[in-house]
Amino acid sequence: MEATIPSRRIQVRPRNRANIVIQVTLLTLTVLTLYGLVTIDARNVEFFAAFGDMLANFRVVLFEARLKNLSWFDLFRELMVTVGLGLLTTVFGAVPAFFFALFAAQNLAPRRVTDAVKAVMAFVRAVPTVLWVLFFAVTVGLGAAAAVIGMTFHSISYLVKAYAETFEELDEGALEALRASGANWWQTVFQAVVPSSASAILSWTFVRFEINFSVAIAMGATAGAGGIGYDMFMASSFYLDLRELGIFTYAVLIFAILLEWGATRLKETVGATR
Amino acid sequence: MQPEAFFLRRRVQSAIFFAAILGLTYGSILLTQFDVIQGLQAVPRAFAWGIVNFVPDERAWTRLPRILEKLQETVLMAIASSSVASVFGLGLALLGANTTRPHPWFSLPARMLASIFRNIDVSVWALILLFSFGQSGFTGFFALFFVTLGFITRVMVETIDEVSTDSVEALRATGASYGAIISQSVIPACLPQLISWVLYMIETNIRSATLVGILTGTGIGFLFDLYFKNFNYGAASLVVLATVVAVLLIEAVSNAIRRTIL
Repeated sequence: MEATIPSRRIQVRPRNRANIVIQVTLLTLTVLTLYGLVTIDARNVEFFAAFGDMLANFRVVLFEARLKNLSWFDLFRELMVTVGLGLLTTVFGAVPAFFFALFAAQNLAPRRVTDAVKAVMAFVRAVPTVLWVLFFAVTVGLGAAAAVIGMTFHSISYLVKAYAETFEELDEGALEALRASGANWWQTVFQAVVPSSASAILSWTFVRFEINFSVAIAMGATAGAGGIGYDMFMASSFYLDLRELGIFTYAVLIFAILLEWGATRLKETVGATR
Repeated sequence: MQPEAFFLRRRVQSAIFFAAILGLTYGSILLTQFDVIQGLQAVPRAFAWGIVNFVPDERAWTRLPRILEKLQETVLMAIASSSVASVFGLGLALLGANTTRPHPWFSLPARMLASIFRNIDVSVWALILLFSFGQSGFTGFFALFFVTLGFITRVMVETIDEVSTDSVEALRATGASYGAIISQSVIPACLPQLISWVLYMIETNIRSATLVGILTGTGIGFLFDLYFKNFNYGAASLVVLATVVAVLLIEAVSNAIRRTIL
């Protein structure tokens, strides 16, 4: 009698829906990536020469950075303008976002209202921040005002989503208990919703501050918002001064790392108190 | 502690906190020279103007093919940079994660490199890369690539340590080789999370690519800038509309994929 040697390999990964979707997604991404790379707008740039040039430029940025047009005090002031833009738009975004989020959370508002608020916010979020800023620049002109309003808009839509998701995770029992004891809607909000989600709200707001700091750099470079982003744009496109750009890069890098560290710490404490 | 004392302390703490925020906000208003009254008045004015002028007119619709062509360029750049960066990011994360690092010495450099990459903003990368790649698609591609690489490395380091510590230990006990452990256990276990993060980065990068496009003169950002500076607000609004549709569409597809694989 013939020995029963298994002729097929043992099936290790089941052919379920999830695995098929994973494979199709990977295949689609690969095809689109290859197509994207082949059709990239090269504009006569010799890739390998430019790549070598890039490495050389990184070395200059890293090791030969120095200031020229600005003093150290100017640098600090410009950095603080960018930080100020980030802070202002976060605070201005957080306050309305808190109230909108109350109407976007399914355990606090009727379904029809939450759907409407969420749809509007999804639209606002889908528009890139720079387009919001330029939109407002038509009426107030390019500058800090347009940048603040535009960035605030995007912050609101982001924070409404984050806050609403936090509210929806609330313990239904606490809300039920307050409602049963006759508390009105605002009392429920301020006695149950705010105390139990305060640390999560704080954490999300700080994350948004971190984002708004980098957006503020970008708005300085593209939409005339001032601050260090504008100086970087001038160093790059006007003075062609890679060394001064290097100092600016160090400045924003150090500040961003500090912010990220703060956000991580805040997240850990939120996780601990949950 | 007495309950009264506890609540008093909490009240004082929040009062100090809000006072500090108010102070910082006031300082920021002075520093950035932002005119709050003018700013508030501008919002209704901007929307009143937008409803009349910032809508696609007939002339704008004739430009739709060109807009879609540039939008495709931007979306493809976001997908390509996110995907390529994720492959490299996974590699860097394998070196950096506690479970999979070949040697403890690899961990810190890998994580530091990732931290530098993601904490330099995408616009700053673009400004630096403009020196070598000029106004070509490569500038945007690499700007998005570096930030994504840093981000994916960070989240994958966490995922690898979370998902595969036990299975790696089990496989090591059976005497499996390093390559076999990575390819048979770690990568399959992390793949759903990785795909989820790649999709997230694609969504983010479409928006970032629009911004970078304004700086480097490529893609949909360039087209918006062009129409906008020529006061062709009808066409500019169509660009915004097309971008929004693309972003929402990709978000919907990503969410559907996420629901099945996670």
